[in-house]
Amino acid sequence: MATSEHDSEFRTEDMLLNMGPTHPAMHGIVRLILQLEGETVKRAEAEIGYLHRAFEKHCETGTWTQAFPYTDRLNYVSPLINNFGYAAAVEKLIGIKIPERAEYIRVIMSEISRITDHLTCIGATAMELGAMTAFLYLMKAREWLWQLIADVTGGRVTVSYGRIGGVKADLPINFDEQCRRALKDVAKAITEVDKLLTRNRIFVDRIRDIGRISTEDAISYGFTGPVLRACGVDYDVRKAFPYHVYDRLDFDIPIGQTGDTYDRYLVRMEEMNQSARIIEQCLQQIPGGFDRQHPAGVRLTPASVLSETQLGGHIEEYSETFMELPPTLRGSERQRRPGILADDPTVVLPAKEETYANIEGLINHFKIIMPGPGHGIRVPAGEAYMAVEGGNGELGFYVVSDGGSGPYRVHCRGPCFMLMSGLHKMLEGGQIADIIAVFGSINMIGGELER
Amino acid sequence: MTDESTSTSNGLPVSSTVLRKLHDRFGAALLSVHARAGDETANVRRETIADVLSFLKTDAELAFELLVDITAVDWFPREPRFEVVYHLLSLSTRRRIRIKTDVPSDDPRLASATPLWGVANWLEREVWDMFGIRFDGHPDLRRILMYEEFEGHPLRKDYPIRKRQPLLEPRIDVHGNI
Repeated sequence: MATSEHDSEFRTEDMLLNMGPTHPAMHGIVRLILQLEGETVKRAEAEIGYLHRAFEKHCETGTWTQAFPYTDRLNYVSPLINNFGYAAAVEKLIGIKIPERAEYIRVIMSEISRITDHLTCIGATAMELGAMTAFLYLMKAREWLWQLIADVTGGRVTVSYGRIGGVKADLPINFDEQCRRALKDVAKAITEVDKLLTRNRIFVDRIRDIGRISTEDAISYGFTGPVLRACGVDYDVRKAFPYHVYDRLDFDIPIGQTGDTYDRYLVRMEEMNQSARIIEQCLQQIPGGFDRQHPAGVRLTPASVLSETQLGGHIEEYSETFMELPPTLRGSERQRRPGILADDPTVVLPAKEETYANIEGLINHFKIIMPGPGHGIRVPAGEAYMAVEGGNGELGFYVVSDGGSGPYRVHCRGPCFMLMSGLHKMLEGGQIADIIAVFGSINMIGGELER
Repeated sequence: MTDESTSTSNGLPVSSTVLRKLHDRFGAALLSVHARAGDETANVRRETIADVLSFLKTDAELAFELLVDITAVDWFPREPRFEVVYHLLSLSTRRRIRIKTDVPSDDPRLASATPLWGVANWLEREVWDMFGIRFDGHPDLRRILMYEEFEGHPLRKDYPIRKRQPLLEPRIDVHGNI
């Protein structure tokens, strides 16, 4: 039996614990080094870099367009926003304006991506706290949206849909109907989860008043996005520095009061509703409307028939062989392009029909595609910083050109980097079990954090 | 020669409020300014960078409370070789500014912004890691994305993209644990 004398001499030691890098709750790969006193976190330090892929170095080796697939892999839950952010930065440096329809398409796709981003964040957090049902509902909803994205872009995650000067392809037929149907289903799923979680005693007790960060600290650590807005600061790039057509759209910026994990959850839930509102307005305002049936594709004569004709051979049996190109994904159609790509032959590739059918189009195509000095998209020497509102906050691209055929430097300001640099402020003084909820609520995406 | 209030001592046009205030306060330390593509940019002398950032953050009218980003550009083989780039944002006035400073390759160091912003800690670690630029007064200037044993600074232009790094032995601590 310990006497009181022994008690006073009884010493405890702090425990050092490595959480990660391959802990199931550490989304992606990140290592938290924790100094624990019992179950209280005295000091927390994040170690990152496990997913570094040299994004910025690789961008310097290719052409301006070749950076798009790399940007898909930054925030892989909302790759479209990265695509458009990078494209907008280069467009700002060149000084071209993209067609209005392309701007609306970008806004619609960005907002769909923002919803998928928030669905993932809330779903994963809820699952890690034991609410598997909410996770399944939200993943199901995300699936409907990804199906929509796949219809437009041809890919679910690695979409590469942005182009300097516009977007890759036009919207598919009856897109508005599909989009409204998907959003209606998603709204239903969100309402269900809202009923399950928002006033759920267990869930609320688990996340309220934990991971709190003061507004001063949040600003000092460069926080943006839902985490900053949960602290009561109404900073949103879409409102503060409107880009594309956001200044014509009517939407609200939800803000929290306390800056705790529960407020972050509420802000994200409301932002999804606001995104749906934005998409509905875009569907009504978009110039050019929507196709109700497949417009006639372009009929191209195959090369074999052309050569037969030139050689004076027998082409009767080939004369009916035509290739049909639909106007959206698998090919392009000349008359659709003014709506989705800027009219600037030094920046935008010519329509495939031009490339295949006349020498000017072919030369134009090669001048843009071929590597080397004097080729590629002509970007004047200079620098530009363009920020868009990503799922987690201000997603900025700083691009520098020396007038050559590719980027001299591309730097991505991923919002997660700042959130992770201030994570210890939210964890220190809290309980070790709360780390899961707090870490989930900042929605760390390794691809964007470590580039 | 234009009026003093609208040009720097180098005769550069200073149009906006922010750049004019910077010019009034720092004068000759402001080497050049531009607002190409709508981004207001000031290039300042390296010795004054800490004062410039502190002024921008604390001045009541400017109030650039948020440090958006720190990065660098390597202009190898030009001298001064590096350009360190700061992007600042004012939440109250909704303004942005870019501050740049040249850093020579023979003495790649600069005053740290960590006393002003918490996020400068990680951002400066990244610039050190990628470009090998040291920040005086940084509390903990370690590599952040690369590992300790990594040789060289990968975003320097003279670092070949296909360069191989030596393979490492497992790290073993004093107790013999891996």
